[in-house]
Amino acid sequence: MQILHFEAVGQGVEPPQTFAVRLASVDRRVIAGTLSGTLGWRPKNNLGAGGNLVTESVIEVKDFRKTYGDFVAVNGISFAVEKGEIFGLLGPNGAGKTTTLESLEGLRVPDRGEMRILGIDPTHQIRKLHHLIGVQLQTSGLPASMTVQEAMAFFCSYHGLAPQYELLDRLGLGERQRTQYGELSTGQQRRLALALAMAHKPPVVILDEPTAGLDVASRVELHAIMRELQKSGVTLILATHDMAEAEKLADRVAILLRGRIVAAGSPRDLTATGAGMTKISVRTEGSSLQAGGVSFPAVTQQTTKDEYAVYYSTDPGASVSAVLHHIEDQHDHLIDLRVERPSLEERFLEITDGGSR
Amino acid sequence: MRAFAHHFSFEFRSGLRDKNQMLMNYLMPLGVYALLGLLMTQINPVFMETIVPAMTVFALLSSMLLGLPGPHVAAREAGVFRSYKINGVPAISILAIPALTTALHLVLVTAIILLTGPLLFGGRAPSVWLGFGLVFLAATFACAGLGVLIGVISANSNATVLWAQLIFLPSMIVGGLMIPASMLPEAVARIAWLLPASQAMNAFQGLAMGIPGAVRPMLSVGILVVGGLTAFLLAAHLFNWDSRSDARPPRRLLALLALLPYVIGMFLLA
Repeated sequence: MQILHFEAVGQGVEPPQTFAVRLASVDRRVIAGTLSGTLGWRPKNNLGAGGNLVTESVIEVKDFRKTYGDFVAVNGISFAVEKGEIFGLLGPNGAGKTTTLESLEGLRVPDRGEMRILGIDPTHQIRKLHHLIGVQLQTSGLPASMTVQEAMAFFCSYHGLAPQYELLDRLGLGERQRTQYGELSTGQQRRLALALAMAHKPPVVILDEPTAGLDVASRVELHAIMRELQKSGVTLILATHDMAEAEKLADRVAILLRGRIVAAGSPRDLTATGAGMTKISVRTEGSSLQAGGVSFPAVTQQTTKDEYAVYYSTDPGASVSAVLHHIEDQHDHLIDLRVERPSLEERFLEITDGGSR
Repeated sequence: MRAFAHHFSFEFRSGLRDKNQMLMNYLMPLGVYALLGLLMTQINPVFMETIVPAMTVFALLSSMLLGLPGPHVAAREAGVFRSYKINGVPAISILAIPALTTALHLVLVTAIILLTGPLLFGGRAPSVWLGFGLVFLAATFACAGLGVLIGVISANSNATVLWAQLIFLPSMIVGGLMIPASMLPEAVARIAWLLPASQAMNAFQGLAMGIPGAVRPMLSVGILVVGGLTAFLLAAHLFNWDSRSDARPPRRLLALLALLPYVIGMFLLA
């Protein structure tokens, strides 16, 4: 028997409450992980775990608008990215992600609004940013006859650095160093672009669809690299339409739709809101949840399956709190608790009306 | 300086790797040189007098007008310049370095022509080597400027071919390479002064080969230099990092100003 203390700070638990959860089974680590990982409840004796205190805005976008002729690509968006954050710009094709990133990189001129990277205006002061940003463009290339090795030497020379060949090994291009760019596969070209973006160790890295065309192993490696960069204090902003990737990597995301931000926040916050039902499965030693007439807040539907009581909740924080209180009041012991949230992809489809909005 | 050296070195090697550039820089000029050396000198012995400057100008036109603009357009369309911009490669390097490396290829081809022309085909060697070098530099500068300008203003590779051929073909016919300018009808000879090839042949004739009949050859050198400078300045002004760039709409008609020195030259020389 083990008792874990949690501070519930999730949706529907205002003000924060403290729970002492009696865990009866060998699954206690799973349950603790569920409470802290899925619901966002913090182990009370370890409030700072995994958290970086970030307060400094590295990227600031205010009221940015960009049109191409009559087409409004981006319509007055604002956001800020703080030091050491991984920020995701999500959205379907044509939502304005690439236009936003390319304007941040100084490749496009905003019609309206302000942009700053490390306090520098990319539109008018791009020269000051060369050494401070690393960029992997969605549509960019290198000369077809340039070898991987030459590309590294070429770009490093313009950053005043010795070639960083070890990065090529890291990204699985070590054996392709003498291969010309035109002969590389799409995935290899993207990995080379990433290596070049990181070679001069910039404090800000901008990635446009970084894992498009990559195989699973390269994708995992890239995610690890991005995490490493973040740990070393690098700020990353990435555009992607891969929701799973954004959910896994990004500290915060902004969902763009037709040039506007329609939702923003951490993936956890975004999936915690909305009408999507969260499934809560609970198994206890006793039969406290099997008794008739037991109801919990925000639960719209309940059933039993095998030895589990299953609840569908619109407010999982409130429902789980009530269930745990009930188990505690009944002197029952919790064996297993599973909370399955809607994924970011499901939430995205909900926000965008299945992508048709 | 290290960056310049890396860039120059890459562009030079690129000229050897790229089949199209190899064709325009080496195979076409040397192939035509060999062919004309074998045939024309038999058909028209007078051609032996001018085979060295004529084939030098042909090599110059081939590499600078037909070879140089294509890779510029291809690189811009492939987004290479976007990568360059983000990484701090200056526009001047993008414009100047390919011209310099093409000039280096051209020096090698010209050296072959200079060495073998008199030996293999009995061609006349330059009598004033310094003059040959001066005219060669001026003509290379002029044609490089035009080649870079064509690359900058061409929307695609088809347009590149069109613009380049507008200068290349008349140069071949009335530029004094195959037929001496003195044999052309007066009106055609007058219009031919609009071509850098005509100016170059006139300057080679008067300053390097010691052939009589050249018209104010130093003026031709001046026109070539001013023409090259004008073309480079226009190319720098009209340069676009990205064909999709919205920062500055292209004003391609401005490129016609590159002809101005030759128009003035036409009035001064005719």
